[in-house]
Amino acid sequence: MRDMNIAFASGKGGTGKTTIAVNLAFFLAYSQQQVQYLDCDVEEPNGHIFLKPEIHTRTAAKVMVPVIDQDKCTHCGECSEKCQFNALVTLPSNTLLFPELCHGCGLCVRICPEGAIHEGEREIGFIEKGKAIQNIDFVHGILNVGEPMAGPIIHEVKRQYKKEHIRIIDAPPGTSCPVVKTIHDADVVVMVTEPTPFGLHDLQIAVSVAQNLGKPIGIVINRQNGEFPPLVTYLLNNSLPVLMVLPEDIEIARCYSQGELIIKALPLYIDQFMELAVNIGRLLGKTKDRR
Amino acid sequence: MTHIKEMVIVSGKGGTGKTSLAGALSSLFQGKVIADCDVDAANLHLILQPEEVLQTKEFTGGKKAKIDPERCTKCGTCREVCRYDAISEDFTIDPFSCEGCGACYFFCSAMAVNFSTRLAGHYYICSISGNGRFVFAELLPGEDNSGKLVAAVRNEAREEAVKTGVNFILIDGPPGIGCPVISSITGTHLAVVVTEPTPSGIHDLKRIVDLTHHFQVKTALVVNKWDIHPGYTREMKQYCAEQNLIFLGEIPYETAITKAQKEAKTILDFAPDCAASGSIREIYTKLHEILEEV
Ligand code: SF4
Ligand code: SF4
Repeated sequence: MRDMNIAFASGKGGTGKTTIAVNLAFFLAYSQQQVQYLDCDVEEPNGHIFLKPEIHTRTAAKVMVPVIDQDKCTHCGECSEKCQFNALVTLPSNTLLFPELCHGCGLCVRICPEGAIHEGEREIGFIEKGKAIQNIDFVHGILNVGEPMAGPIIHEVKRQYKKEHIRIIDAPPGTSCPVVKTIHDADVVVMVTEPTPFGLHDLQIAVSVAQNLGKPIGIVINRQNGEFPPLVTYLLNNSLPVLMVLPEDIEIARCYSQGELIIKALPLYIDQFMELAVNIGRLLGKTKDRR
Repeated sequence: MTHIKEMVIVSGKGGTGKTSLAGALSSLFQGKVIADCDVDAANLHLILQPEEVLQTKEFTGGKKAKIDPERCTKCGTCREVCRYDAISEDFTIDPFSCEGCGACYFFCSAMAVNFSTRLAGHYYICSISGNGRFVFAELLPGEDNSGKLVAAVRNEAREEAVKTGVNFILIDGPPGIGCPVISSITGTHLAVVVTEPTPSGIHDLKRIVDLTHHFQVKTALVVNKWDIHPGYTREMKQYCAEQNLIFLGEIPYETAITKAQKEAKTILDFAPDCAASGSIREIYTKLHEILEEV
């Protein structure tokens, strides 16, 4: 395994996606692999709590925003009419921008007939990079509170990819656009689910997102506490391979609540993570054969 | 007309038991409309089990561009103006990368770009037992604009409240602090944050509270599974006092909750006598008083 993107997604929040991702990152690094961990859950990044990186660079993540030269603006309304995100409003005396609504597409800059709009910048969050335990290369992005758009920060995190590394990518929960942006270039998507009707419901949506993108998918069942037959049936019917099963164990919950890695605190689980790594390798091998 | 009060349950971090609590509380409140605003991953309908879908509405999201190969002259203008690298060298547009800004459409001199809205999801108005109303939505997988869909669900909930003559709306919000969360909390009367005593719980709690304060929404806190780490629970209570939040209560770790989830039941129905059920009823009593005042 070298140079690949393994994305961890979940549909439903709180299924243990980050837990599995950070433990696998640690396991791989411990097994002498070059590992990079990228936290794309920029609304609530949590990976750092477990991987404890020493941050050495912090850069602002910026998006383009238009700057309107009110002296040149003739209030023709061309920009506000064409902006698809209602970020501009032309009043009889000036043109107003609502920066939180702007997607930074640049249309208004190009379309203004008077050349009254030029490009400015706005900070919406930041990216931090450093070295985590076991020499894991660590990157995460953090969205400023009150900012609605995670997309540009996710993009910025992904620009930090290191070559010749196994890149573990922690996706945001949910099934909408930020998830798509995150798993877009994944070589394999690991879906972490829990054996409940909620877990299954959200898993189905998340799987269809990944399938639409043509990604190989593997499943991790977390907090197993007796079989949940509807999940088993769903996985069988859709030929989705189970890569790992972790039981419901209060010791794991405790470990989590202390910000500790499972495989460090509870070595009996090391085998499971080895199996996970092997199964991910297999899944990739299979998809390569098919191609 | 009486004044309609809206209460939203949020969590910052996912999986803290937000939906389970929303399900349990909704069975306690009388005369309410319930809105599931976790449109990415709606779950509440699995617990509430609506009796009948009264109305289904379509939600159209933003527009997406598509190039008509017959008309395209391969001049390359669209690729130049698109900031999202959505247009490939052979002039096809990847719908997942397209942000829907329309730059390619407005600047294509061959008028080869088709730019139109498309279906992005549905929302449903349902009846639930006790003559209540329940509104929930489903965004099509991978779609954008969840904030707008949240706004649509909340609007619909308000209309239903007026129609059925009730003055309370309970909203189950999405996880995170981004666009759909902002749409869920703005203008509500009370935000109830459900958290758990873990380092990530604390980290995410602070971020969601910053957000509710940013939008000037009165905020209350529930600590779920408080006994997995009493130390962090104490820290959270202290934080509550410092930030002027209302401390609503704490719910103990209860294995019956997972079992109840498996059967898609609320803990109150599944194990009414367990300690967790008792805490939830206490939380309800407090909420009732607080809502009188807001
Ligand atoms: S950059 Fe795009 S989104 Fe922003 S105001 Fe201009 S047209 Fe609207
Ligand atoms: S609509 Fe905007 S984002 Fe979509 S392809 Fe055209 S220029 Fe790119």
